[in-house]
Amino acid sequence: MSEVTVRVNGREHRQEVEPRVLLVDFIRSQLRLTGTHVGCDTSSCGACTVLLDGEPVKSCTLLAVQADGREITTVEGLARGAELHPVQVGFHEEHGLQCGFCTPGMMLVAAALLERNPEPSEEEIRWAISGNICRCTGYVNIVKAIQHAARLRREAAQPAAAGGAG
Amino acid sequence: MFPGAFDYRAPTSLDEVLELLREHGEEDKVLAGGQSLIPLLKLRLASPSLLVDIGRVPGLQGMARADGTLVVGARTRHVDVERASLPAGLEILQEAAPQISDPLVRNLGTIGGSLCHADPAGDWGSVAIALGAGLVLRSPRGERTVEASAFFQGPFTTALAADEVLTEIRFPVPAGPAAGTYLKLERKVGDFATVGVALQVEMDGGRVRRAGIGLTAVAPTNLRAQAAEDSLAGSELDDAAIVEAARLAAGAADPRDDIRGSAAYKRDVVRVFVQRGLRTLRQRLGEVGS
Repeated sequence: MSEVTVRVNGREHRQEVEPRVLLVDFIRSQLRLTGTHVGCDTSSCGACTVLLDGEPVKSCTLLAVQADGREITTVEGLARGAELHPVQVGFHEEHGLQCGFCTPGMMLVAAALLERNPEPSEEEIRWAISGNICRCTGYVNIVKAIQHAARLRREAAQPAAAGGAG
Repeated sequence: MFPGAFDYRAPTSLDEVLELLREHGEEDKVLAGGQSLIPLLKLRLASPSLLVDIGRVPGLQGMARADGTLVVGARTRHVDVERASLPAGLEILQEAAPQISDPLVRNLGTIGGSLCHADPAGDWGSVAIALGAGLVLRSPRGERTVEASAFFQGPFTTALAADEVLTEIRFPVPAGPAAGTYLKLERKVGDFATVGVALQVEMDGGRVRRAGIGLTAVAPTNLRAQAAEDSLAGSELDDAAIVEAARLAAGAADPRDDIRGSAAYKRDVVRVFVQRGLRTLRQRLGEVGS
C-alpha cells in the first residue's frame, strides 16, 4: 500500500491505496465521487475526464499514486454551492446533453478550455473535445453549449457593463 | 480493468532511478506519462513486478538550446512541444505533436515515453528519424547517445538496456534554410496512424544538403527511408527528384494488411505523402528565400 494525498475539489484527502488502483476507481470507490464515469476504460472515450492541476486528463489511464500531491477537479467541483459554473449553465440552456454519460467529461474539458482561451472558435472547441466521445448529440449542441458558456463568462467578467451603469 | 499487482517507487533523483534499474532492471518498467504503459498494464500485456515512476525526477522536463541542438527532456509532454516556441527549422515538432492521440492524452503522454514504447505506429519515432535526433541513454555505467534510426530494433523493442533510461532527445538545429512536415493518415481524429510520413529537408545554395524521411506504421519499426533520403541529397528538389524519392520511400515500406488498410494501399499512401510533403516543403522553402 502507498499513501496518497490529493486535493479534490478543494478538499484534502489522505488515503492508503494499492499502487495499481487507477485514479478513476480511487475517485469513485474510495472518495465516493461518482460523477466521474467509467466509459470505455481504454483511454478512448473521455467519460472519466478530470482536471489534474487544471488540465483535463483521462483518469482511467493514470494511477492514483501518480496524482499524489496534486490538485484534482471533478464535475462535483464545478458549481460554487448553488451557483452553477457557466459551463453547466451553458449545457443546461443549450441542451448540450441527452443521456448525460459523457457530460461530466465534456464540461470539465470546456471549463479548462475557457480558462486558457476565453474566446475559442468553433474549430478550437471541436479540437478541445476531440478526446471525448458523445454518442447522442452529434456534438452540435455541445459546441453551442460551450460557446454559450464562453459568452456567459465574458459577460460576468465585465461587471455592470450589461446594466449600462457607469 | 485494472493492472496486476506491482511494487511502485517514485524516486526524486536520477541516481535513485539508476540504482533501482541496476537492482531490478529485468523485471521493472519505467513509468513516464503512462499513456501507453498503463493501457498495457490494464490489458495485462505487461506485468512488471516493479514500476519506477520518473514523474518526480527533476530536470527531465522542458526544452533548451545547447551547442547547435535543441535538447528536449525525455519527460516533456506532447502538449509542451505543441505550445513551445521552437528554433527555426524544427517546425516539424510542432506540426507532429498535435497529431498524436487526443488533447487529454497529450496532457500526460511524453515524448520520451512514446519513443521508448517503440510502437511502430508511434509518431515521434519517425520525426526523430527525419531530424537525425540523438537519444541520450543513462545507466549506472555512464551515458551514451544512440541515433534515432538505430534506437528502434523491432516492434516495441529498442536499444535500451535493462539498466538504462532515456533522459533527453537531442535534435540538431538546422544551420541553413530548412523545413519539415509530418503527414498522418488516420481513420478518425485521435487514431493511430494508418500511415505517417515525417519529412525534413535542409538546403544549401539551392540544393538539398540533407534530407530526412521517417515512416510510421508501415514496417516493424519506425523506418528510415535511407535510399530516398540519399536520392534527394544534392538535388534541387525538382519534380523528378521528388517523384523518385517517393518511389524509393514506398519501396522501403513493408506494411501489412490490417483493419486500417491493405499493404498495397498503405505503400501507395507513403508514395503520395512523400510527394505531397516534399512539394509543400519546396513551397515553404521558396517563401523563406524570396
